[in-house]
Amino acid sequence: MTMTVPARTLRPTPGQTVGPFFAYGVEYDRMHQVVDPHAPGAVLLGGTIYDGAGDPVPDAFIEIFGADSDGRVPRARGAFRRDGHTFTGFGRAFTNDDGHYEFFTRAPGAAQGRPAFFAAIVFARGLPDKLHTRIYLPDDAAALAADPFLASLESEERSTLIASRPTPAQLQHDIRLQGEKETVFLDF
Amino acid sequence: MTSQTAAAPESLLAAPDQATQRDITDEIGRLHADLERREQAGERIRSTVHDFPAYRSSLLRHPTKNLKLVDPETIELLSPAFGQRDVAAVESDLTVQHAGEPLGERMTVAGRLLDSWGRPVANQLIEIWQANSAGRYIHQRDQHPAPLDPNFTGAGRAVTNASGEYTFTTVKPGPYPWKNHVNAWRPAHIHFSIFGSSFTQRLVTQMYFPGDPLFALDPIFNTIWRQKDRDSLIGVYDHDLTSAEWATGYRFDIVVDGPDATWFENESE
Ligand SMILES: [Fe+2]
Repeated sequence: MTMTVPARTLRPTPGQTVGPFFAYGVEYDRMHQVVDPHAPGAVLLGGTIYDGAGDPVPDAFIEIFGADSDGRVPRARGAFRRDGHTFTGFGRAFTNDDGHYEFFTRAPGAAQGRPAFFAAIVFARGLPDKLHTRIYLPDDAAALAADPFLASLESEERSTLIASRPTPAQLQHDIRLQGEKETVFLDF
Repeated sequence: MTSQTAAAPESLLAAPDQATQRDITDEIGRLHADLERREQAGERIRSTVHDFPAYRSSLLRHPTKNLKLVDPETIELLSPAFGQRDVAAVESDLTVQHAGEPLGERMTVAGRLLDSWGRPVANQLIEIWQANSAGRYIHQRDQHPAPLDPNFTGAGRAVTNASGEYTFTTVKPGPYPWKNHVNAWRPAHIHFSIFGSSFTQRLVTQMYFPGDPLFALDPIFNTIWRQKDRDSLIGVYDHDLTSAEWATGYRFDIVVDGPDATWFENESE
């Protein structure tokens, strides 16, 4: 692409914490069910969010946006209204008292020549601004190894971005906001 | 309290050291001065800092490593697709969700959602939540002994129109106490959750009101360390938006951030 990007003219609005009382503001029906739990091909993506002391974070939420199993990014409108058949790729999950989150969704297909991942954002009380991260699928070892971004990370960092698959229908992925094995967070 | 009211032990919400306001205000000043020094020394510092110990509950929850700069991929350059059918028109009026009218100063909050190049962001979702006019949230964990208002929930949604415009009708929220330190009070604010035209532009922030005496005292507001960035979160009183014998008007325009790759995405749409 040879087009040049013109200079930005506006200063971005800065972010702030979601605070402790977000639940009734951002909750919606079946928000963590990107697909019906009993739909063919549904996977359970879940894990725990931990703080720097290794304690679970019970007042966080995580959002995911993932491609369909063929790798295409869903463009269908209606990310809020679960009509039971449209795949929108977007979900939102609160952590529970044990810091655990879970989604029912489809494992995203890969973009050409890339390892497949969910885009994810974490929000929490005590977190002054959002944090972007990625949740890579563990299945395609060659694609993971060939990815320039993943290759640029230390192996310990890289492992914080890759989910495990304890069973074919399950993806397990913890997020550590701080400390040992701190999750890699992204800037664009 | 019933067992399901507490998503977390209340002890989590109170900072253990319970500093004085004077301590916290001094800490904020030192943190801002230090960030300014670092920027002058050439460091690139984001507008909201994650590591801001005056906000005590951030101590164990902020990342300690620099964010990794990465080229966004397609999924990150597009956004979940909301549409007008996702949100009913009535959801943008927080004063009509119950049988009666809520107490407080009725307000119109309106603005435009724009990207960094000034282009309107159309058909995107804005969610808001706020305390009532007495400074009390309907959230079960809010233990502030101010009255709940049976006619006010305090949550609303809107989808921006083709020009990126949105409008909410609500009542002005009150300030409220919290447990960051002794006698800690949040300036009055409305929480905003915003989707841009790419997932990278996702934004959660808070809108404040002009002239609040609590600004300098509040560690959350001051996690935004530059004055001009803090000022951009203060709604602007707009008499043209004020309607006669009905509601005062505040304008709050929102700018979602890049990255540069999103410029192409929007041009091609
Ligand atoms: Fe609040």
